[in-house]
Amino acid sequence: MTMDATDRRIVEALQGGLPLVAEPYARVAAELALPEGELIDRLQAMKDSGAIRRIAAAPNHYKLGMTANGMTVWDVADDRLAELGAKIGALPFVTHCYERPRALPDWPYNLFAMVHGSSREEVAEKRAVITDILGDALNGCDILYSTRILKKTGLRLRKRG
Amino acid sequence: MSPLTRTDRTLINRLQDDLPLARRPFAGLAKELGLSEDDLLTRIARLKSDGILTRFGPFFDAAAMGGDFCLCAMAVPEDAFDAVLTKVNAHPEVAHNYERTHRLNMWFVLACETPEGITQTADAIEAETGITVFRFPKLQEFFIGFRVAA
Repeated sequence: MTMDATDRRIVEALQGGLPLVAEPYARVAAELALPEGELIDRLQAMKDSGAIRRIAAAPNHYKLGMTANGMTVWDVADDRLAELGAKIGALPFVTHCYERPRALPDWPYNLFAMVHGSSREEVAEKRAVITDILGDALNGCDILYSTRILKKTGLRLRKRG
Repeated sequence: MSPLTRTDRTLINRLQDDLPLARRPFAGLAKELGLSEDDLLTRIARLKSDGILTRFGPFFDAAAMGGDFCLCAMAVPEDAFDAVLTKVNAHPEVAHNYERTHRLNMWFVLACETPEGITQTADAIEAETGITVFRFPKLQEFFIGFRVAA
């Protein structure tokens, strides 16, 4: 979608989050000097176009006891990737699953799947399920646990003007 | 931080679903959980201040807005880690950043308003730090489940 200047102001106003009041859009609309209905209509258009994926909470995995967060990475035969990636992405314990380019020779992996658990043992068990599914299409794999959140702000537009 | 109650856990799970885009977006959820709207909002505010929720609001997709996302990684020497981190995180395009167990030990996502922004930002970080920024844009997305059960 093409964002006009008003859409941009809306994104800037909401990128830090929604005000926690009963009528949050009325408050944001007042700050932006827009009618509340127009704000809601514009947000609906952003949802329809996919510019807004959802209006929801981002949890802190660590604080919910999900202390083992593994980025599993796999070197999968290119001609099997679409078929197998769909299977891995459908696993209930995989939260994100992407094909990404290799960076040879430093990085041979082309499939990334995030796996979360309350212990590294639990994540290792889940990883073994993925290994089985990939079978003979698998050429190599690794797991990178996150040890620290260094930043988590989400999208921030650069200030203009 | 107070321990999570059963209501908190239900709330955390429900808040990861899409909230309706309505004038009173919290009213339905409050009713579902048997809480007043005020009580619900107070609980969400407490979960945020306790750091259990890092953010609550619209999730913007930079790509759908004409921009782009890119996962990037760097191999940062331990003794330079904090100095490099300061330089990397100073870029507003760095949306999240995680330390990970690998020679490539710093992994961050760039969210830019234009596709060119990815290259510009990654090149700038390389110039500022003298360290290669490996770029792993998504080629294909298989599914985003995104929810974490509380």
